[in-house]
Amino acid sequence: MPTGPETPRWIKAEREGLHLPTIGWWIDPSRAVANALVTHGHADHARGGHGEVWATAATRDIIDLRYGKPPGGGDVAYGECIEIGDSITATFLPAGHVLGSAQILLERQGERIIVTGDYKRRPDPTCAPFTPAPCDILITEATFALPIFTHPPIEREIARLRAGRDANPDRTILVGAYALGKAQRVIAELRRSGYHETIWLHGAMTAMCDLYQRHGVALGPLAPVSETPRGDLKGQIVICPPSALNSVWARRLPDPVNAVASGWMRVRQRAVQSNVELPLIISDHCDWNELTATILEVAPQETWITHGREDALLHWCAMRQIRARALDLVGREDEDEAA
Amino acid sequence: MDRFARLLTDLIYTRARNGKLALLADYLRDVPDPDRGWALAGLTGEIDFPAIKAGIVRALIQERVDPVLFALSRDFVGDTAETVSLMWPAPTGPVRGAPGVSEAVALLASASRGTAKAVLAGLLDRLDEDGRFALLKLATGELRIGVSARLAKTAFAQAFGVALDEVEELWHAMRPPYAELFAWATGAAPKPDISMVPVFRPFMLANPLEDEVIDLKEYAAEWKWDGIRIQIVSAGGATRLFSRGGEDITESFPDVAEAFDHEGVLDGELLVRGTHQGGGAASFNALQQRLGRKTVPGSLLTAYPAFVRLYDILLDGADDLRRLPWSARRARLEGIAQRLDRSSFDISALIEAETFEALAELRAQARETDIEGVMLKRRDSAYEPGRKAGLWFKWKREPLTADCVLMYAQRGSGKRSSLYSDYTFGCWTAPEAEGGVLLPVGKAYSGFSDEELKWLDSFVRKQTTGRFGPVREVEKSLVLEVAFDAVNPSTRHKSGIAMRFPRISRIRRDKPANEADLIETLRRMTAAGAKAGDASKPQPN
Repeated sequence: MPTGPETPRWIKAEREGLHLPTIGWWIDPSRAVANALVTHGHADHARGGHGEVWATAATRDIIDLRYGKPPGGGDVAYGECIEIGDSITATFLPAGHVLGSAQILLERQGERIIVTGDYKRRPDPTCAPFTPAPCDILITEATFALPIFTHPPIEREIARLRAGRDANPDRTILVGAYALGKAQRVIAELRRSGYHETIWLHGAMTAMCDLYQRHGVALGPLAPVSETPRGDLKGQIVICPPSALNSVWARRLPDPVNAVASGWMRVRQRAVQSNVELPLIISDHCDWNELTATILEVAPQETWITHGREDALLHWCAMRQIRARALDLVGREDEDEAA
Repeated sequence: MDRFARLLTDLIYTRARNGKLALLADYLRDVPDPDRGWALAGLTGEIDFPAIKAGIVRALIQERVDPVLFALSRDFVGDTAETVSLMWPAPTGPVRGAPGVSEAVALLASASRGTAKAVLAGLLDRLDEDGRFALLKLATGELRIGVSARLAKTAFAQAFGVALDEVEELWHAMRPPYAELFAWATGAAPKPDISMVPVFRPFMLANPLEDEVIDLKEYAAEWKWDGIRIQIVSAGGATRLFSRGGEDITESFPDVAEAFDHEGVLDGELLVRGTHQGGGAASFNALQQRLGRKTVPGSLLTAYPAFVRLYDILLDGADDLRRLPWSARRARLEGIAQRLDRSSFDISALIEAETFEALAELRAQARETDIEGVMLKRRDSAYEPGRKAGLWFKWKREPLTADCVLMYAQRGSGKRSSLYSDYTFGCWTAPEAEGGVLLPVGKAYSGFSDEELKWLDSFVRKQTTGRFGPVREVEKSLVLEVAFDAVNPSTRHKSGIAMRFPRISRIRRDKPANEADLIETLRRMTAAGAKAGDASKPQPN
């Protein structure tokens, strides 16, 4: 625990998540609680079984789709401020990570704490852009917090995906992408690059793509793989969860080219180990330069670092006399990273 | 360098052999001399920059980035060259454009210990990430990208429509960047003359004898010895020994090379004379003591004297005999063998058998550890490189078998990457009822049909009890009949034994796991175990 006098007593980092002990509320708790503020819908942040869930409308829709409707709580719009007790207010600000993702600004008697959840700084046609805001304590993620991670422009990666498709007219281009967020971003970026053909979906993708479209994210023509003769999928782009890439399901496709859209693809051995032929470095997280630039831009008095490679970011902060500490939260991993 | 960097990246992400071959062939065709030659030298491991050491690369990056951040990154990536290529900071001043492969090679080759860091840094500044990765791999000589020298030569042959055998034959007489080789392959020059250079010629290999019955009037029979197949080449006053893959192993067997005093190319089996075995050929294990040594201590030369049992002759002086029938080459070989040093060379004797049935009987009775089986050679066969159908057969002894229990499985590679196709199996330390446990005794990834593979894959998926990275532990319930050529004692394995060439011969769904074999049963199959078994009959205390 940090010892500085400015560390407020009304927020505590517990193994199960960030806790507001004076009112018994939690932020992104990993177990079921009575009152939860949720930054976004990924499984390591949003769990089922909570009593009240306060989140953006899109995040609550995602929770409804995955776990069933929470019995209580409500939708919070970006910029909206809610009072949650003990003079604490919560304001939801866009985080730019996936549809509905938010940073949560907690304020009490002039003290400002921002929980970023997961975030990125690059434009994404499927969600609102990250809005930096001043604060005393910045609680940041650190998924890609090593200097080797610098994400290339997404246009370059989408061009590589399309080149891979053009070079393999007899094979299916099978793109492994997280069902929430990455899949829809890849589709939307393909559309932005001028690709207007049908994009085929693994069954696990359909409901989430429908949800995005209900929230006004245009994804163009989509169709399920299950209703298509396999031979018709030669030279087509199919999107599936990363875990389906080497599955029995994938074996039925015509000689698939395994692609994975992930920030981890920056490291060749990672890609080779997961049997990837076409690695696409596409991440919904900040890269190293964006993480460090955000800390400098927000300039908090103290930085708390959650899930990821916190060692490197802690060292970076220490070298610049920036107060920082690592939080030990359980279960914070990229959704479906096992692929 | 861009094109070479792209080649390396594409090769890393291409699993299929044919895909790799196509990428390499395109490169060798498209890229001009001498870049392609240097690239080929890099891929075949024939390039060395004495001044460039791994330590220099680490020192360079630590001068440029925070050493703690480098160490953390290196731990995550697991490869220094890749980590450096990803972290190298953009140069502050203006730099010249990316160097070509030849320019990079020339600069690296001219570097001394004093200038190595500056030379390498100057090159890295001029390259992008993929280029830096390729340069560092080339400079440190550790490509490790899943391309063997053989695959690179095969791609060369495919690229220019020349015979791989000819490429192999010329290869050992050529030096990077192989200008003569490319000139010949592209039709710009005649085939280089290598008659005065001691170079490797591709071996003639045998196919396994399946169910055929062989007419011994047409085929000669000799023993198949369990040593190392080698080629002895003497030309222009120098003698070299080559292994089956064309690797020069002269340094490990200087006694044999020195004893050879006949210009020409001979084919034979390298064996070690084990004094403890009455002067006969010792087992393959004894030979392992000599392999892979750059210098051989005198004590080893005395304890494990090597000799060659001659099979065939390819060239006698400059006289190429490979088109002659086997019987004519054999006559020539017998004449030469008589003039060679008897302690280092003998000739592999023919087996006298009237009929195939009599030969089968002899084969069944042969129990010497250095005999692997029988070779059958068509009497009129020319010396054809590779495995030509119907000319030579190997007829191995019946394999040994044991019933083992499947313990762990791992996914295969390439086409089999979605299937659990590598199996680790074990035998009991004692009967299960007496508290015995299973210990791994071997690993196999062949011997089963496609149908059986599917079944095994699904068994593994359904019966998984633990996961360790890529390895799955399974319920210890499935008995596999495993075939193997021999069992040797091993200190590397907990079970104390190691199988040679294990493969799955049958899936024994009918057999309960507790009826699988004991490790002791396998131990008795080793040569030492067989002897110990005789000596350790129960004795009164």
